[in-house]
Parts: sequence; C-alpha cells; structure tokens
Amino acid sequence: MKVLVIVEHNNKTIKPSTFSTITAGSQICDDVNALIIGHKLQGAVDELKKADNLKKILLIDKEGLDNPIAENLSSHIIEFLKDNDQYTHILTPSSTFGKNLSPKIATKLDVQQISDIIKIFDPDTFERPIYAGNAIAKVKSTEKMKVLTVRPTCFELCGLSSEVEVENLNLKNIDLSSVSFVAYDESKSDRPELTSAKVIISGGRGMQNGDNFKLLEGIADKLGAAMGASRAAVDAGFVPNDWQVGQTGKIVAPDLYVAVGISGAIQHIAGIKDSKVIASINKDEEAPIFKFSDYGLVADLFQILPELEKKL
Amino acid sequence: MKALVCVKRVIDYNVKIRVKTDKSGVETENVKMSMNPFDEIAVEEAVKLKENGTLNEIIILSIGSDSSQETIRTGLAMGGDRGILVKTDGQEIDPLNIGKIIKSIFDKESPDIVILGKQAIDDDCNQTGQILSSLLDCHQATFASKVEVNGDKTINVTREVDGGLETIKISIPCVITTDLRLNEPRYASLPNIMKAKQKKIDVVEVNDLNIDLKRRVETIEVNEPPARKPGVIVEDVDSLIDKLKNEANVI
Repeated sequence: MKVLVIVEHNNKTIKPSTFSTITAGSQICDDVNALIIGHKLQGAVDELKKADNLKKILLIDKEGLDNPIAENLSSHIIEFLKDNDQYTHILTPSSTFGKNLSPKIATKLDVQQISDIIKIFDPDTFERPIYAGNAIAKVKSTEKMKVLTVRPTCFELCGLSSEVEVENLNLKNIDLSSVSFVAYDESKSDRPELTSAKVIISGGRGMQNGDNFKLLEGIADKLGAAMGASRAAVDAGFVPNDWQVGQTGKIVAPDLYVAVGISGAIQHIAGIKDSKVIASINKDEEAPIFKFSDYGLVADLFQILPELEKKL
Repeated sequence: MKALVCVKRVIDYNVKIRVKTDKSGVETENVKMSMNPFDEIAVEEAVKLKENGTLNEIIILSIGSDSSQETIRTGLAMGGDRGILVKTDGQEIDPLNIGKIIKSIFDKESPDIVILGKQAIDDDCNQTGQILSSLLDCHQATFASKVEVNGDKTINVTREVDGGLETIKISIPCVITTDLRLNEPRYASLPNIMKAKQKKIDVVEVNDLNIDLKRRVETIEVNEPPARKPGVIVEDVDSLIDKLKNEANVI
C-alpha cells in the first residue's frame, strides 16, 4: 500500500488542511508521499518538508501552474500516476480546493471517489457524514485505487519536526488548459474563515435587524471569532448570504459555537453539531437550540450582549 | 444557446432525518420530498439567462423513479422548456455513473451549458459536476456565485472558494455548479404551474443507456450521529464565562 496526498497551498505556505490529510494518510499505512504542484514553491516546500509521517515530497514547480486550475492539476496528477502505479490511495483535503479537484482525478482513473471521510476503519472502509451529518454512513470501496477527500477538522494536524526528502519530478510537457484565471479576491475581513475558525459567534432572527449584529462584533473581536448567522437571519436580509451556517450554508466544527437569538431549526443544527462546545443565548426557554447546547442562557440578548462583551 | 439543468429529488431540507432501525439507510417513505436546494438555484440561473436573451432553451433533467417527474415539473414551472427523466427503479447510483448517464443525455442534446447544484443535500458527495466535466473533457466552474456570459460566448464565473472569491473564464461547452450566493430561486406562480403541466417530459429507460450500474462503493451501515451530551442552563453572564473558561476550556 502507498498513499499519495495532494497538497493544498498558495505557493508560499501550506494550508493546514494538508497537514490533517497527511495524518489521515498515516492511518492507512506508513508509506505516505505528498505531491505538490504549483509555481515558485520554495516557501511552501520548506514548510512541507517538516511534516512528520511523510516519506517523500514530489514536486512539480512550473510556470503556468500558479493558480489551482483543476484541469491543469488533474492532468499533471494523472500523468504522474501513469509512471507511478504503486499508489493505492489518493487523498485530498475536503476543502473547496479538494472538492473541485479530486473528482476529476477519480473520473480520469474511472474510480468512484469517496467524499469527506471523517474516520478510517481499514484501508477500504471509511465513515462519512450524509444529510449534513444527520446520519453517518460506513462505506467500503471495492475499487483497486481509493480516491478520497478528507474532512480536515476530523484529523489532527501532523507534527512538524522532520526533514523530508524532496524529489523534483520531470514530467513530459503537458498542454495547459484554456481555462483562464481572472482574479482572486481574498476576503478582506480580519476575522478567521467560518470553516476553519476555532470560535464562531452567530446571530439569528432574534437579532431583529442587521444593525444589531454590531452587538456581536465586539464579542467576536475579544474571542478572535468568526461571525455567522442562521438562514432565518440571512433570509431576512440582516447579513450577507456567505455568513449562513447550516445544512445549505457552511458546515462548521469550531471549539466553541455561540448561538445568539437562534431558535435552532433542524437545518441550522445540522451545520453546527460537530462543534466541541455550543453555548446559546435565547429569551425563549423552549427554544430547540437549548437541547443541543452545552450551556444555555435564557435571557434577553440586548441586555446580555453588552455585559458579555464587557466581562470577557 | 441551450442549457441542460440537472435536478435531484431529495428529502426536503426542513424534514428531520430518521435513520432506519435496520441501519440500511435513511427513511424516505412518507417523507416530504423536494428539489435539491442547490439545483433550484441552478434552474433559477438558467431561467435568468433565458430572460436576458443568452439562452433560448432550457432542458430539465432528472434521474430517478417516476416520482422524479414531479421535481422536473417544478423546474418547468420555474421556467424550464421541457424535461427528460432517466427512469430508474429508484436504486442508489454512484455519482460516477450519474455522470455517465448525464453524459449520454448530453451527447444526444448537445447543450452549451450544463448547470447543476454543487451538491445534493442527501448524500453530500459534491462530485457530479466535476465528474461530468471530466467525462466530457470540457471546462468546469464549481461553486459559482456569479455567472456572466460574454459576447464571445466565453463565461466569467466567480467561484466561492475557502477564504474568498475566485474568478475564472471558461468556454462552452461547460459545466457550472451552483453555490448559495448565486441567486434566490423564484416561487413558481400558479399560472406557471398550470402551464408546466402541458410541457413535455421525455422518459428514457436507464437500462437502455448501456451503463454498468454496479456499485463500487458499498454502504455497510448508516447510523445516527453520536448524540450530544445534555447541557446545562446557566444563571447569568458570569457563570457562562466561568463555564466556558474553566469547565470547557474553550476561551
């Protein structure tokens, strides 16, 4: 058995999702290699070299591969695999990067991918959430090659105390796709991303309007938290769509999720229930959110939030 | 230009999921079913592109048992022109084979754009669009939050990626998968629902497509997720902060 981890990076640094995926790989077997594709990768490779549990780093550093265009990455990966057929597992983080890329690799190999694994039982058998985590499926792949995407929040980051060998690959020249990269607008917010934040504070319909979300900002600042919202708050136009946490929005798994003025609709709970700790503030003691909360505070949020901000 | 929009019939997102007691799956009998919400966004986007003159035909495709006709009708009521049902006996089909089925319809219909949801909210695979574009060897733009068709028929698609928005330019034929921010799907009006009843739905038997539907990924069992431990109601802000700091150690 041999595992190949496809590295997520921005040419300069390695995304933490990669280090979680290496951990997942090491649970399958000891022989884990990482393939990194991009351009001017020195910074990223220096960081990746430290990863524990990695046997070897395979490097494709080429002009034109600066941006993660799925067509280009998959064509290079497939070309690499032609001469390296000893791999039995290909793992990619289940981030937007991996979700965009991995099914292309699987399809070119005529393999059925398994998405978003959260647990590894043995080299063929995995667990993955379905229905936004409202059910957990144990699945077994009968494919010769396993193509998997890995939910990063379910695997620890690997240690970073090694010095891994790097092999510069010389693949034959591959035509680049005619997809052109136009722009990347990084979110300007100083706050962490919802999907990787350690702490999230979200508001619901109980916030009453968009202006009142300012009451959450000070608290988010003090906690270094990302800000989110329920679908009800988004539908009411209080905050933009990309704040939405829940089954049809972002699925999150922070250490602490604070739900303010959120009643706890099924579709919201589905998006937050992998949080380590859920704390909720709601004036309705019957609100379903309390059934899913580790700590509940029955109170008027307009009185509580300023106090909470002051005392934190 | 012509669009093929793929829609899946799934358990309505407001329904509480029940895992079957024999662990074989999730209860779908006597449960409210609806169009996958991301596919609704796909239909809406196609209808908008037709309204602004970019598209002249929208085909709504679904794969499933007879009851998926209802889902197709929903798409037709929203503004689709005609439907295709690839009829199965309702068995589960691996996404790779779903991709192959869509490809066979694509080959017959030669649409310029295929639009579909980025994932279905039942199996949460997030694969079909990517699989299809790979089978077709055409451009893909996943997780679209903005679609702008240019004069030369290239398309600028803004994609929701972790940490921001990425814009790429692709050419037809292409596959676009939709994310939440792309649009807000309309409700079909009563007259449009009535009109949709007259629109044509062609039925294709899946067995006539000569695709091996044998599953390559077997579901061994489906379980309830681990239950959360019952929590406590705290008295005031001080005790909440105390619990979070000293008991849960999360702040």
